[in-house]
Amino acid sequence: MSMTRDIPAPAPRRRMPQSLIAARNIVAFLTRSPTSLFGLVVLALLILVALFAPLIATHDPYAQDLQATLQPPSGTHFFGTDELGRDIFSRLVHGSRITLTIISLVTVVVGPLGLFFGTVAGYFGGKVDTVLMRITDIFLSFPSLILSLAFVAALGPSLNNAIIAIALTAWPPIARLARAETLTFRQADYISAARLQGASAARIIWKSIVPMCLPSVTIRLTLNMATVILTAAGLGFLGLGAQPPLPEWGAMIATGRRYMIDSWWLVTFPGIAILCVSLAFNLLGDGLRDALDPKQMNKR
Amino acid sequence: MKPITIDRLAISFGPVRVLHDVSFDVAAGECFGLVGESGSGKSTILRCASMLTDIWEGRVRIEGQDVRKMPVAERCRTVQMVFQDPYGSLHPRHSIRTALDEGLRINGFDDREARLAQAMRDVGLPVEFLDRYPHQLSGGQRQRVAIARALILEPDVLFLDEPTSALDVSVQAEVLNLLVRLQQEKGFTYLMVSHDLAVVDHMCDRFAIMQHGRIVEVLDRAAITGGGATQPYAKQLIDASLEYESAI
Repeated sequence: MSMTRDIPAPAPRRRMPQSLIAARNIVAFLTRSPTSLFGLVVLALLILVALFAPLIATHDPYAQDLQATLQPPSGTHFFGTDELGRDIFSRLVHGSRITLTIISLVTVVVGPLGLFFGTVAGYFGGKVDTVLMRITDIFLSFPSLILSLAFVAALGPSLNNAIIAIALTAWPPIARLARAETLTFRQADYISAARLQGASAARIIWKSIVPMCLPSVTIRLTLNMATVILTAAGLGFLGLGAQPPLPEWGAMIATGRRYMIDSWWLVTFPGIAILCVSLAFNLLGDGLRDALDPKQMNKR
Repeated sequence: MKPITIDRLAISFGPVRVLHDVSFDVAAGECFGLVGESGSGKSTILRCASMLTDIWEGRVRIEGQDVRKMPVAERCRTVQMVFQDPYGSLHPRHSIRTALDEGLRINGFDDREARLAQAMRDVGLPVEFLDRYPHQLSGGQRQRVAIARALILEPDVLFLDEPTSALDVSVQAEVLNLLVRLQQEKGFTYLMVSHDLAVVDHMCDRFAIMQHGRIVEVLDRAAITGGGATQPYAKQLIDASLEYESAI
């Protein structure tokens, strides 16, 4: 691979440039395969649209126009209008912000939580492992949508509660993965060496074990995002996620369902948006799995 | 320079008794070898004495101090270990600087930059290598880094767990000479595991032959060529080793 050309470095490099080079190589690797490139492009598009939503949207996403309800797609309304005359294109554009919020908040909660449980259980083993992994098992033994439903029902339906519920159900697979990874190298000599240097357990977990788990956890998180989006849309569809008039994609499908036979655009466009974004995450996750493969990393 | 006393060291993993009341002394500044077949418990002695495993019985004292009762920080600055496989003993995602600096940070050393540079010079590596990663180094260079990591905490006792067995023959000689030089310069007490009698002959003043978790015999270096062994297993091992060497 052409990545090998980075190894003989003329000037001494410090830590930051090294990780930047690694990041650049990962992106370069991703762009080389068409499927992960698609994922990357869709995600970039999602982020750009979310950032510049007010500039891109042609109408106010909440503005009702009862004179123009259920208009088919046309020059003024790219994706038509809904039953209250709101512009679907503008609502989709603003809905990308909600999707992005859900994804990033869930990731921020789930990643560290799963890593913590997994690495601690894996490193200490014994009773700690048993207790932490049984807790994980309990969460794993429910279907995630059902468990989220139960949480939302208990906490009350709102977008924030949906995010909390999804986060609570999405961490166990990450914890499992991190534990399995930890088990494979907790006996490694470099961990023993760290112990002989006097490192505390917390320090070993943070400095030695977490960096080793990060690639696979990142991949898993990315692949999980598709499920998270679908669960969020599902909760929205069931009326337990984002509440009207928020332009959440799942909720848009739910309200559009009633007019589906005559006005196909109400459900089709939000559906395509959900499909594209979750597909993009899946493909990107697949690409990351190849890019973060240890054999690839050695060539950075 | 500190002497090591190991007194009735015993350990079981489940129902299997791995070490049976092993006792021996290592004089201050001496290089003591542990020789024996695979699974005879050589490396386990090092892991016990360095407290990487703590389920053993018996006593290990370094200059009269029980390693069990030593505070962690003091133990780290007394005993360090060099591992067998330089490919597994360096964290693949830590630069050499990070690997060496960790110990200094944990133990609160000052003037870290100068110590890092000194450690690199001690093991004969260019200081620029500090910013490299293990995968950018050869096996011999990695083992030098592992030695630098051990001696950067200025220990008195170094445990060497087959420090050359994963290396090429030519590189083996380099690393062994480095270890001999360091011992002369810094007065380390070495406790070295090996199953290569030639290495023991080159490095050690005395050595113990082990079998099935017991010490069969403690011998002088001269006993290898002089035929000083009295126990049948020790004789057999030395003869087999000499025969093998004359064959190549």
